[in-house]
Amino acid sequence: MKTIAAVATFCTVFLAGAACAQSTLRIGLAEDPDILDPTLARTYVGRIVFASFCDKLFDIDEKLNVVPQLALSHETSADGKEVVIKLRPGVKFHDGEPLDAAAAKYSLERHLTMQGSFRKPEIAALDRVEVVDARTVRLVLKTPYSPLIAQLTDRSGMMVSPKAATAAGDRFGLHPVCAGPYKFVQRVPQDRIVVEKFSDYWDKDNVHIDRIVYLPIVDATVRLANLKSGGLDLFERALATDIKEIRSDSKLKLSTALELGYQGIDINVDNGPAARNPLGSSAEVRQALSLAIDRDALNAVVFNGEFVPGNQWVSPEHPYYQKSFPVPKRDVEKAKALIREAGASTPFDVDFMVPKGEETQAVAEVIQAMAAEAGINMKIRVTEFATSLKQAEAGEYQAYLLAWSGRTDPDGNLYIFHKCRAPQDYPGYCNAGADRLLDEGRLVSDFSKRKAIYEQLTKIILADDPKLYLYHRRVLIAHTTRLEGYKQMPDGLVRVVGLRLK
Amino acid sequence: MLTFLGNRLLQLIPTLFFVSLIIFCLQQLLPGDPALVMAGEERDPEVIAQIRRQYRLDQPLPVQYVYWVKGVVTGDLGESMRIKVPVRDLILEKLPVTVQLATMAIVIALVIGVGAGIISAVKKGTLWDYAANVLALWGISTPNFWLGIMLIFLFSVKLGWLPASGFVHLSQDWRASLAATIMPAFVLGNAIAAVLMRHTRSAMLAVLDSDYVRTARAKGLRERTVILKHAMRNALTPVITLAALELGTLLSGAVLTEQIFSIPGFGKLIVDSVFNRDYAVVQGVVLVTATTYLALNLLADVAYILVNPRLRG
Repeated sequence: MKTIAAVATFCTVFLAGAACAQSTLRIGLAEDPDILDPTLARTYVGRIVFASFCDKLFDIDEKLNVVPQLALSHETSADGKEVVIKLRPGVKFHDGEPLDAAAAKYSLERHLTMQGSFRKPEIAALDRVEVVDARTVRLVLKTPYSPLIAQLTDRSGMMVSPKAATAAGDRFGLHPVCAGPYKFVQRVPQDRIVVEKFSDYWDKDNVHIDRIVYLPIVDATVRLANLKSGGLDLFERALATDIKEIRSDSKLKLSTALELGYQGIDINVDNGPAARNPLGSSAEVRQALSLAIDRDALNAVVFNGEFVPGNQWVSPEHPYYQKSFPVPKRDVEKAKALIREAGASTPFDVDFMVPKGEETQAVAEVIQAMAAEAGINMKIRVTEFATSLKQAEAGEYQAYLLAWSGRTDPDGNLYIFHKCRAPQDYPGYCNAGADRLLDEGRLVSDFSKRKAIYEQLTKIILADDPKLYLYHRRVLIAHTTRLEGYKQMPDGLVRVVGLRLK
Repeated sequence: MLTFLGNRLLQLIPTLFFVSLIIFCLQQLLPGDPALVMAGEERDPEVIAQIRRQYRLDQPLPVQYVYWVKGVVTGDLGESMRIKVPVRDLILEKLPVTVQLATMAIVIALVIGVGAGIISAVKKGTLWDYAANVLALWGISTPNFWLGIMLIFLFSVKLGWLPASGFVHLSQDWRASLAATIMPAFVLGNAIAAVLMRHTRSAMLAVLDSDYVRTARAKGLRERTVILKHAMRNALTPVITLAALELGTLLSGAVLTEQIFSIPGFGKLIVDSVFNRDYAVVQGVVLVTATTYLALNLLADVAYILVNPRLRG
C-alpha cells in the first residue's frame, strides 16, 4: 500500500499527474547535460540522453563490435580512402522527413563544417561526402583513418533532420529533431528532459515504454534514495561504495560493464620547469613509482575490489590489450633499486595534483602511502577540476590524477594523449618512435596488423611512463527490478530500445 | 518623500555600476579557463580557439566588460555558453522556484522561531524554556546537507510519504508542489528559526521587564492580552528586520539545499554555472540578486519613514 501511495505521489510530483496511465521511465542523471545538439554537445551525460532520441549510423554491442543502426552496412576501399555506407530504408526523422542519402550527407557535413562543432576533430579526415543513390553515401577521406567507423557509433554518426536543423541554426539543440526511438518534448534546464515514443520509429515494435523523463540529481546518495523510494526507475553512476547496499535490496538491480576508459597519473616529463625533478626527468624513477603501487590493494581498499587493475590505455578484457605486458605486481625493493640507479636521493617530494572528489582523494591517499615506502613523497594538492585542467595544460604540476571516459576505438584513448604536443599531452611527452606508430595505427584497419603496431607502441610507452595507468572502473547502473531487458554496454550509455516496465 | 525617493534611486545607479564591475572582475579571478572547460573531454585546440572567438574571451577584459554592460542596459544579459539559452530566460524560469522555496522557508522559520521564542521568554526558567533553547541549539548546529539527507531517508525511503527530490510548480499541481518543497523548505527554515527564536526570546525578555508591561499587568489585563498585544508587538520589530534580511539571503538561492533536493532554483543555477565557468549566467544571476538586495533595502528605508514620521525631514 505504501509503495502504491509512493508511486502515486511520484507520478503526481514528477509528471504533474498527466502521464501515469502511460508507462514512464524515470532516469536519474549525475549532471545536467549541455546543449542537446549532437554537433555542439560535449558532455558524457548528454550522450546518455541522446541515446533515446538520436540514433546513429552505427552502434556497438557488448563486445565492442560495430553493429548497424541507421546504416545497414559499410565497406572500405582497398586504399582506405573511401567508405561506402548503405542506409536503412524507410527511416523517418521526428518531423516526418525521410532519412535518405541527402540527409546523411547534410548531417555529416554539418558536423564537419558548422561553427563551433565539437565533431570536427573526430571526423577531420573526411574530405567530402557524395550521394551515390537515395540510400547510399560515399565518404571520401583525405587520408586513410581506421577509427572513422568507430566515430560514427557516437555523436558524429547522429543524423539530424535537415529541414529542422536548417531552420533552427545553432538553436537546434533547444528542440532537437533526430531519428531515434523517442522524440524530444521538453527541457527545463537543471530540472528535467522529457521525451516520448516516436510512432514512426524504424524499430517501433521494440519500443515498449511511452515516455522517458531524465532528472539531473547531482548527489549520488540522493539518486539512490530516489531509486529506493520509487522516485526513479534507473540511475547512472552509482558509487562503488553503494554496490553492497544496492545488491542487498531485493527490489533493486545493478547492471555493470567494464568501462572503455581508465584512471591514470599524468607525469610532467617536459612541460615547463616543474618537470625538473627526479620523477619528471627519469624514466626509471617513474617505473619505480609504478612498481611501488599495489594496484590490487588500491582496488580492494577504495573500491571493494569491484574495479579492474590495469597498466594500459585499454582494460585487460579489451581486444587491444597487450597480454605480453601484464599488470605489474608491487615490488618496493625493485622500486628502491631503480631510484638508486637513477641517482635520485630519497625521500623526494612530488607535487601531486588531484581533482576534488571523494573517490579521487581516497585513491590519491592510498597511492601516497604506497609511494612513501619507496621514498617518494607524493604531496597531495586537491584542486577543483576546471582549475586543475588549466594548471595541467600550463605544466604547473608534477603528477596529476586524471581519468578518461574512453572511446570505442583504441586510438581515442591514445593519440591525443601520447602524440607529441597533442591537445592532452599534458606531460609534454615527445617520442619520435611513438609518434610514428601512433600515425601508423590510424592508417591500418586490419585488427591483427593494428594490434601488432600497438604492441610496439606499448613497449615504448610503458618504458617511458609519461602516464601511469592504474585501473578501469565499472559502469555502475542501478535500476528497479520492475525494469526488464536492461543490458549495459561498455560505453556507459543507457539504451532504451527493448526495455519494459512491469 | 518624493525627493527622498528620487535621491535614493539616483544613488542606486553608481552602486549598481560598482556592483557590476566587482561581479565582472571577481569572476575573472576565478582560476580555470572557460574555453577549456567548454571544449569537452577532447579539448581540441581548434575548438578552444573557436569558443574564445565566439564568446569574445580573446578580447581584453575592458572590452568584454563594455560588451556585457551594453547588453545589460538593453535588457540582454547574454547567453549561457553551456546550453545556449538566454540568461534572462533562465533567470525568469528559476525565480518563481526560488521565491516559492524562500517564502515557505521563511513562513516555517517565523512560525517555529517566533512561537518558540515567545514561549521560552514567557516560561523563562521552566522546562519549556530549556526545551526551546535545546531546539535552537540543534537548529543552529545541524548542517543543512545532513538534515536534508536524513529527512529524505526517513520521509522518502522509509515512510514513502514525500518525493526525495525534484520540483513541481504551484500552478501545475499545488499538492504535489507542496509535497516536493516541504522538506527543503523545512531544512532552510529550521536553521533560520533557531536564530529568530534566540532574538525573539531576548527581545521579549527585555520588553516583559519594562514599565509599560508592568503597568498593563497592574491595570488588571489578562496575561494573554499583555503578551500578545503589548509585549509581542514591540518585541517583534527587530525580529521582523532580521527575518527580512534572512529572506533576502534565501532569495539569492540556497546552494546546498537546492543541490541535495535537486530544486532547480538560483542556488543550483549559480553553482552549476560556476563549476562550468558559464560566465554570462553567473554574472546575470549575481546582478539580479544584487539588484533585489538593493531594492529590498530601499523598501526597508521607505517603510522606516512611513513608520517614523521624524525621518521624513
